[in-house]
Amino acid sequence: MMLPDEEKDELRRQGILLTSLQELYNWSRSNSVWPLNFGLACCAIEMMAASMARFDIARFGSEVFRPSPRQADLLIVSGTVTKKMAPQVVRLWNQMPEPKYCIAMGACAISGGPFKQGYNVLKGIDRYIPVDVYIPGCPPRPEALLNGLIALQEKIGGQKLTGPDAPRHLRDDADCNYPVPDFGEHDLEPPRNPGVWHPPVLVRPKKA
Amino acid sequence: MESPEQIRDRILAQFPGAEVTVAANPSQSGQRSLLADAAHVREIARFLRDDESLQLDYCSNVTGVDWPEKEIVDTVRVELPDPSGGPPKAVEKKVKRIREGCLEVVYHLYSMARGHGPLILRMRTGNRADRVSLPSLTPVWRACEFQEREVFDLFGVVFEGHPDLRRILMWDGFRDHPMRKDYAEPDDFEWEPTPHDAVLAKAARHYPDSAQAAPPAADPTPASPGDAPQGGAKTQPP
Repeated sequence: MMLPDEEKDELRRQGILLTSLQELYNWSRSNSVWPLNFGLACCAIEMMAASMARFDIARFGSEVFRPSPRQADLLIVSGTVTKKMAPQVVRLWNQMPEPKYCIAMGACAISGGPFKQGYNVLKGIDRYIPVDVYIPGCPPRPEALLNGLIALQEKIGGQKLTGPDAPRHLRDDADCNYPVPDFGEHDLEPPRNPGVWHPPVLVRPKKA
Repeated sequence: MESPEQIRDRILAQFPGAEVTVAANPSQSGQRSLLADAAHVREIARFLRDDESLQLDYCSNVTGVDWPEKEIVDTVRVELPDPSGGPPKAVEKKVKRIREGCLEVVYHLYSMARGHGPLILRMRTGNRADRVSLPSLTPVWRACEFQEREVFDLFGVVFEGHPDLRRILMWDGFRDHPMRKDYAEPDDFEWEPTPHDAVLAKAARHYPDSAQAAPPAADPTPASPGDAPQGGAKTQPP
């Protein structure tokens, strides 16, 4: 039986803690999101600042930057992803165990940013791996990263353990392995992962 | 430091077979440079480095320039004889000629010992297709190594005598030279909210039915905010 949230809050005020396995599971894992110790450009400097004493990402349980993808839960793509770097980023993502999450931090990781029209910059890491939270900014301030982390924690807290909305690691049909692009003669091959990314649909008025 | 003309004259006195010219610079800075022929450039570079009064011991920058083939129209005055016996008529005639394309490598040289510089040394390849070799100056200035690799990577100049000529920025299997003027970059961005016409036209190729396909000036009705595309794209500027 599921109690409505208001009743649970009322009981909590009376000193009675009611919870479900799903809530407990999500609460505990959303408060120990360990990021991968991985930076790409100037956004990584802000990421480091967020982990230092002034901004103190430890308040949200994410201070344990892991130097190995095998121990990390969160990939913060912090900076410009060049085409030469993109296969390595996808490989790191594949090496992380599920459940794992990805934050695209800053304009470059989202879309290529100021370098979008360049020949050697990937136009957004979401062309190859699924991104959970986008943090705009160039670079985003540490507060923005903390805000993005809180948004991710809310997303984790809202995930269901069963059913079609369950995260990838609790489903049998989800493939957790993402194809690593190859270096082609003119561009990365393939230039995008069609299972992850579709070009945006432009809805524009037709000319009369 | 001596003027480029004085240095040129000294080089020509030292190496009688060399061809060195002073390249003019029509810009405001007027900074002229020495254009050396590829056959003698390494001896000239050694001379510039070891000469007592120059001592250009530091190569701070190596870069490339792509000069594509260009049609130049010269206006020539021709005098036509008048058939009726009068004075000849002066007529302006347009003569077209093709300027051969080439790749150019530019070295900026300074002297740490003397505290002067820069002296700019240039050299040119035969063309842009098959005669793209130039002698490497890495044996003269060790600092050229990575920068010549960069010129090799981005312009396609092959440096003979370079100790380790590989691509430095792009990957090894890459075939193009991105800084050449005729480089066609991969068509890999689908929409672009900037007001640059060329970029909008490029993005519009992916959406042939959308209003973005029309040139911006021909579509005076700005899109309403409700028509904003997915992904937070801005509407087309009026």
